[in-house]
Amino acid sequence: MTGETGEKLLELTDVGLTLRDREILQRVCLQVDRGEILTIVGPNGAGKTTLLRVALGLQPPTSGRRYLQPDVRIGYMPQRLQLDATFPLSVRRFLSLAAPGPAASLADALEQVGAAHVFDAPLHSLSGGEMQRVLLARTLLRQPDLLVLDEPVQGVDVHGQVELYRLIARIRDERACAILMVSHDLHLVMAATDRVVCLNRHICCSGAPETVTADPAYLEMFGPLGVQNLAVYTHDSEHRHDCSEEHR
Amino acid sequence: MDDFLLRAMLGGFGVALVAGPFGAFVVWRRLAYFGDTLAHSALLGVAVGFLLHLNLTLGIVVICQVLALLLFFGQRQRHLASDTLLGILAHGALSLGLVALAFMETVRIDLMAYLFGDILAITAADLAWIFGGGLLALLGLLWIWQPLLAITIHEDLARVEGIAVDRVNWFFLGLIALAVALMMKVVGMLLVTALLIIPAATARRFAAGPEWMALLASLIGCVAVGGGLYGSYLWDTPTGPSIVVCGCLLFIFSFLLPAGFREHPVRK
Repeated sequence: MTGETGEKLLELTDVGLTLRDREILQRVCLQVDRGEILTIVGPNGAGKTTLLRVALGLQPPTSGRRYLQPDVRIGYMPQRLQLDATFPLSVRRFLSLAAPGPAASLADALEQVGAAHVFDAPLHSLSGGEMQRVLLARTLLRQPDLLVLDEPVQGVDVHGQVELYRLIARIRDERACAILMVSHDLHLVMAATDRVVCLNRHICCSGAPETVTADPAYLEMFGPLGVQNLAVYTHDSEHRHDCSEEHR
Repeated sequence: MDDFLLRAMLGGFGVALVAGPFGAFVVWRRLAYFGDTLAHSALLGVAVGFLLHLNLTLGIVVICQVLALLLFFGQRQRHLASDTLLGILAHGALSLGLVALAFMETVRIDLMAYLFGDILAITAADLAWIFGGGLLALLGLLWIWQPLLAITIHEDLARVEGIAVDRVNWFFLGLIALAVALMMKVVGMLLVTALLIIPAATARRFAAGPEWMALLASLIGCVAVGGGLYGSYLWDTPTGPSIVVCGCLLFIFSFLLPAGFREHPVRK
């Protein structure tokens, strides 16, 4: 499916999630439009991966709504595979399971992510960066409208991270899809995303990278462990948690 | 060759062929304890068979299916860890079976035959069960093969991509329950898991893909059955355990052979 840039693909409205009496997400609003890269950042335990699971439809929220535009194809790249060491699987076979097709199209997808050399290698033998690229190639094979990436640069060295983010941006440009990703790292990802959502159970702030990195809520969460942060922090009037919050 | 030996051989091969592909999934998905739990319910199946005047193999099949269903739903709750749940069901079912049989005063069963198998007593009817049921189990597995592989690789990923994960898992557990019930006759409830996982684990080093591993496991299982039967005939040892010992020897000696599938091929 192809559509106009800017068309709304996914929307979460006031999503809340409580599991076993623990509130994990609180009134989260999120919208992903075609052609944009939206990154969720936040500290450990902020509910980033859980939010992705809600967005993917894997975890029903306890309150709020999830809207996915009909016919949207989602390509999902999980953090890691739960592949047992006894499972013999080559990259070629792994890709063909995702999208049965001629070997040439599989090899082509690998070529696009710069991992053509691992085509016949066993999946277990891949390095962290190669694995992420293969996972990315796998999602591309499904011709997604919306790519959902959970920590796509995990376990990759800094140089590789820059390359991967560049690759992700190029995929967005070439395929006009939307990309929703979760990231641990702050600095590199800021250069590679259109919009950032800063999550700590609720949305602390969101907007363009420049705006977010200047937001007091962001500074409080990630700023240098300097204690002054706590003292100067005031809840500023721009810091709203409702859905009327501007996206850009 | 004596008739009973021929039947034993056929029954053993049939069971090993079925055990191969299922064993591969048991190994990949770490379901060894799950298979064990199903096997433990066999005596309860025998008791139910006597009680309802059913064919005893049918009784075992039915009880295994019921237990698989219980496990399927039990694993969706979050209050008990799944190995705790498996332990409760396994030993609960085993004890319940023993107690139920003790109540039936007219029934005397050969407990050893159920614990360790009685391959030499396989009848023509047993063979029909093994080959008929085994074919059914394998065809069922073939039917869900691709989605099951996808689920084994990553369950959430499979779900996002539109595979009916719960339905496939449920169907698979039913098939395993059937396979386990059929294997009971040959190696007995205590050794069923061994026949599932030892050939599959042996096959791992030589398999280039999941299908190869499944096929190879079937073949290795057949060799174990053949070797075990022969050894049992030669030295008058119990047959079920002899088959498992032979499987273990194959597993150990397989490390002397060069692996067919290099774990870390030289690249670049």
